[in-house]
Formats: sequence, C-alpha cells, structure tokens
Amino acid sequence: MRVPRVLLAGAAGLTLMLTACTTDAPEDGAAGEEGGSELAPSEEWFDQAEYDAQLAQREITPEGPEDEPWMQAIEPEWIDTSEFAHDSPEDATLCFSNASVSNPWRVTGFITMEQQVEALQEEGAIGDFRVSDAADDDNQQISDIQAFVDSGDCDAIIISPSTTATLTPAVETACESGVPVVVFDRGVNSDCMVTFIHPIGGYAYGADAAEFLVDNLEPGSNVLALRILPGVDVLEHRWAAAQEIFGASELNVVADEFTEGDGARIKDLVSQHLQRGEIDGIWMDAGDGAVAGLEAFEDAGQPYPVIAGEDELSFMRKWDEEGLTAIAPVYSNFQWRTPVLAASMILAGEEVPSEWILPQAPITQDELPEYLERNADMPSLHYAKFGGEDLPGFPEAWTDR
Amino acid sequence: MTSPTTAPPAPRGRVPGALAALGRGGAPTVALLLALIFAVIATQNPSFFEGPPLMAFAKKAAPLVILAIGQYLVIVSGEFDLSVGSLVGAQVVIAARLIDGEEAMTLPVIGVMLAFGLLVGLVNGLVTTLLRVPSIITTLGTMLILFGAVRYWTGGAPTGALSEAFRVPGRGGVEDLPFLGQLPWALVIAAVIAVAGVLLMRSPYGRSLIATGDNDVAAAFSGVRVWRVRTLAFVGSSLLATVAAVLIGGYAGVTAQVGQGLEFTAITAVVLGGVVLGGGRGTVVAAVLGAVTVEALFTLFNQLYLPSTIQPTVQGVIIIAAVAYAARRGDLRLPERLRRRPDHPTERPLGTSRR
Repeated sequence: MRVPRVLLAGAAGLTLMLTACTTDAPEDGAAGEEGGSELAPSEEWFDQAEYDAQLAQREITPEGPEDEPWMQAIEPEWIDTSEFAHDSPEDATLCFSNASVSNPWRVTGFITMEQQVEALQEEGAIGDFRVSDAADDDNQQISDIQAFVDSGDCDAIIISPSTTATLTPAVETACESGVPVVVFDRGVNSDCMVTFIHPIGGYAYGADAAEFLVDNLEPGSNVLALRILPGVDVLEHRWAAAQEIFGASELNVVADEFTEGDGARIKDLVSQHLQRGEIDGIWMDAGDGAVAGLEAFEDAGQPYPVIAGEDELSFMRKWDEEGLTAIAPVYSNFQWRTPVLAASMILAGEEVPSEWILPQAPITQDELPEYLERNADMPSLHYAKFGGEDLPGFPEAWTDR
Repeated sequence: MTSPTTAPPAPRGRVPGALAALGRGGAPTVALLLALIFAVIATQNPSFFEGPPLMAFAKKAAPLVILAIGQYLVIVSGEFDLSVGSLVGAQVVIAARLIDGEEAMTLPVIGVMLAFGLLVGLVNGLVTTLLRVPSIITTLGTMLILFGAVRYWTGGAPTGALSEAFRVPGRGGVEDLPFLGQLPWALVIAAVIAVAGVLLMRSPYGRSLIATGDNDVAAAFSGVRVWRVRTLAFVGSSLLATVAAVLIGGYAGVTAQVGQGLEFTAITAVVLGGVVLGGGRGTVVAAVLGAVTVEALFTLFNQLYLPSTIQPTVQGVIIIAAVAYAARRGDLRLPERLRRRPDHPTERPLGTSRR
C-alpha cells in the first residue's frame, strides 16, 4: 500500500520535469527561432498615453538653469506654497523616510542628498535633518512615516516610497498632518503631496536603450534582454517600452532573463546564450552587472555586443577601454538633491512645480569622455550623473563612502 | 524538510566502510539524476558537451561544489550552517573594499579573508558547542549579523574594486588546451578540495565527525571530543565559503547581490546528494555530485527557456522527489535527536515494513 505512494511521489517529480522538456521542445522547433521573447507589452505594465507622453518629454527643453539639471523641470505647473512658509526656516526640521539604501544607485543618491542638506543648513535654509531607513520593508516604512507624524517635530516630510500601492495610505496620513509632503523617485496613488519629483520615467529609459540597439544593429540581429526582477513598476515600464520598440523592429529578441542584478548569474546566462548562437546586442533594464555580461563575451572569445547599460561607472569605464558601441541610459541620480531643495523652497513659501519632472538624458558616445573625466576619482559602483560636483564635501563624501 | 519526521525510524545501521557508504549515501541516485539532466541538456544544446561550454559550466559550478563540501562537513556532524551565503557576500565586499583595485593588496587581503573566515567559523562552532545554542539559530544569527554589518560598513552597497590578480582563480585557467580550450583554475581548486575532503573523511577526524553526527552521546563516551570535532567542521565550512567567495568574486566581479541565497543552494546540493540532515551519513562524493546536479538543473532551466519565476517551484518539487526516493531506498532516517528517544521496539508504528 505504502510503496506505490512513495514511488508515485518520486515519479511525479520526474514526470513534471520531463513534461517540461517535452512540451517546450516542439514549441522551440515550431517557432523556427530558439526560444524567443514575448514582444507584446503586458497590459498591466503598459499605458499607451503615458508611454507617448514620456517619449515626447525627452524632446522638450526643460525650464530652469541649464547647468543645474536638478533644478530644471519639464512643463512645470507652478503652485503657491505660501501657506507652508516657515517663520524661521533655519530652525525647521526636515524628516526623510527613505525606502532603503540597498543598491549602489540609492547609496550614491543618498550621499548627494546628505551633502545638499549640509549646503542648505550652512545657508540657514533648513535646520535639523532626520532620516529613517525602511530597508525595503513596506511595513517598516509605514511605521516610520507614522512615527514622524506622531512626533510632531517635522516641519516638512520627504518620502521615497518603497512601493506604490502599499505606501499610498501612509503618504496620505502624512499629508493630513498638515505639514508639506514631498514625494520623489517612485510615486504613490495620491496627489495630496505638495510636489512629486521624478525623472521622466521608465518608458523613456527603456526606449532610449531599445532605440539605440535598433539604430545600431543590422535587421535580424539577435538581442538578449537582461532584467533585474519582475513586478517592479519602474523596471516593468522599461521593459514594456523596449517590447514596444523591439516589436516594431526587425531585431530578433532571443530571450529576456531575470538576473537579480547578480553578476555571477548574468555571466552564466550570457555564456549559455553564447553557446547556442550569436548575440549581437544586449538590452538591460539596469546597468548592474553589465561588465560581468561583457566578460562572458571575452571569455567565450566572441566580439563585444552593442550594449545599453547605465551610467554606472564600472560599465562606462569598460565602454571607454574597449571602445564599445554603447549607450548609457540614465535614471537621473541627481533627483536626490531636488526633494531637499524643494522642501527648503516650500518652507520659504516659494512656488514649486506640482509635478516636478526632471530631465533624463542618456549619456552617448560623444559625452562619454566628459563624464569619465568629471568622475575620474569616483568608485566603480557610482553613477555618473549624480550631480553633486558643486556641493560641500566633494569629492571625498562620494569617494570615501 | 519535513520528511524525517514522517519517515519510519530506521534500524541502526553502522557505516562499515567508505565503499559501502558510497553505495548507500545516495551517490548512485544523484549520479543517475545528473546523467538524466545532462542527457536532456544534450538534446536541447548538443554543443554543450564540446570542451569550452563544459569548462564554462565547470567554472560556474566550482564555487557551489566547494560550498557543498563545507556544508557537508557541518551537516554530517549533525548541524547546519546557514551563514555561508552571507559570508560569501561579506567576503567579496571586504575584498573589493580593501583591495580597491591595487594589485599589490591581493595576497594580503586574501589572508585577511581567510582569517575572517576562520573567526566566523570559530564563533559559529563555539557558540553551538559550548553555549549549546542550536546551530540553526547560531548560524541564522551569524547570517543576519554579517548581512547587517556589511551593509552598515559599506553604507548599503559595495564599494571599491577587485584587482586583476584576485580575479584569476575564478576567471582564468590553463589556456589553449586541445579540445577543452581553457582548463579553469576554479575546476582545479574544486577538484583538489574534493579529493582532500574524501581523504579527510577517511582519516580519524572524519570517522569521529561521522560518529558524532550519528550519535554524539555514544561518540562522547567512546572518547571523541564532540565540541572540538564540530567546531572544526564549522571552521572548515567557513574557510571553504571563503575560498568560494574568492572564486565567485573572481568569476563575475562585485555586485551588491553576491552570495544571496547561497546557503540554501548549498544545503539543497548536499541533501540532493543524499547526505542525511541530522548527520551521521553520506559522503563527500555525494555532496559534490549533488552540487553539480543543482548547477546542471539551473543550466537545464535556462536551456529550456523556463520562465525564471517558476524555477524555484520546479527546484522544490525535484528536491522533495529526490528525498522521497531516498526515503524509499532506506537512505533516509530520523535525525539523531528525534530518533534516540522512542527507541523501544514496540513504539515503532505498525505496518511500516522497510522493504
């Protein structure tokens, strides 16, 4: 009686594995191409109107000082904030609820923010600066924000939400407390904050990368898409835009793979794809581990692909050293300066844009030497468009992190 | 792993010798599974068994093989080491930060890493044996401590850069060989460690380790210093995790995610090799084969273009199937502590004849 059951359990497992092969193999053959990637963006992550708007925003000249992109805004709608004007801004307490500093992009940005705070404190534009870090935990961030509200000490609250839907009620609670709220980076489903600061967005990022590959590869070339994680809106938007553009092109997207940004996994995946055929182009939804991917080509003795990485310095240096055909899409890291500046403007009763859309321009071959020069002393996991060159503590604050 | 609690208590089998242990430790089972996976890979990608792709696979698999040997030492002595993933991550981050691109720093920093590995192993071992904190708690604690400490030290994400010399063991090899192309140093290192592991398990220390895992009270009565044997197993695991960190850092460089989840992959590898959780049984060879099988499985998933989101599910099914199969064959038994108490024959559940 017992024997068959146990055997069945084992057999079931193996069958499951084997059926996985038998059902997949014919499909591969039928498709003519190996594998292949779905190129219709999923409805959940694709909003045609927003996509069109973001692609158009790339062409719009932003308002504001040209040498201070963090103060520029695309088509701003200025709103009055005099109701929040603080009598003595030098005593005002600024509270910042951070989602996390769990990746180099956020670490770089947070350093820039701290240095901006120092500059504003010297000017007497703000007083105390309090930070809580939720370590990517929604529940932690909700209670962090609640603690700020309950303390009653905050004269302005800055929030970088960890996720959109879950943090919405917490942001609304902060708004209801009566102090001005500034949200940046990822958004929430509410417009109760005084200003929402963000670069153009994920569609523009994904499109910059995909368009570069379409322009620089022969029709019929093989492209491998490397993605970090599924289900994160900023990343899904990048991929949705790429799907839209690749779908309309004659490029052959061999596969899209999730890598968790882990260099070892990226290198392994790229190596395996290279064993099965040529890869002419690599599209990435974030530049983490781009160098590991390129090393897989070196180790396999294959020519470098056309690649869209990010403005992370390890990638940009590799690009320069090897003379790659590449582009660095940018998710403007300098946006970390803007929220504190916005808060100081609000406390002074100055007008701010209700939605503050920062410029987001990729770094191209022509600009590469300039950005490498500007960041010559910076560590490899640093972002070229960090925009902190004029802040106190430059460059030590970023080099000795 | 809930299987041990539902499996019937096994008769107390002794381990007569290395050969018999090889036969019963699950090595043939996992070898069969490995052959099966390789066969499926071959149908998907016939060029996989040409030299260079196979060597690329070996290069990728070597760190897990080394981690699995370390994990084997701990598991066979009746404990767990959950800290190895965090330790690998910490070591790579430490290396990048201290080397910071300076070639001359390579060897001193590897020395520092080994010393750090030794320290972590000692702490794990002594807290488990002398303070009698269960190892699953001790190493879970170490895992969190390392994870947090590294985050604090680096401000959240790694900084610095590895030197070219540091990357040689994980990335380089003997070049321009006929057929193979490149013989990776990682493969050589893993092979040397595997042979050393086999020899170690045949030495008096290895026998004490297995005896300790089998029944630590009996081992203590027969003169084994249990605390020392187990502490050394933890030290071995941490040192091997350090070696794995050198290879992983060398393979792909520094990224913020390096090492995440490796402890469970290593435990999976060891379990798949049929090394019994709870200690006292299993061989180094089986653990090595288990590690290669897990890597082969990951490769197979990629070759089949399986959506990576479902990969953990399939992995889980296969592991349960493997353990269920081992239970059927009689390779599996209760962990020592659970098994010792209800030892009276009449307390055995009825109707659970073994064959």
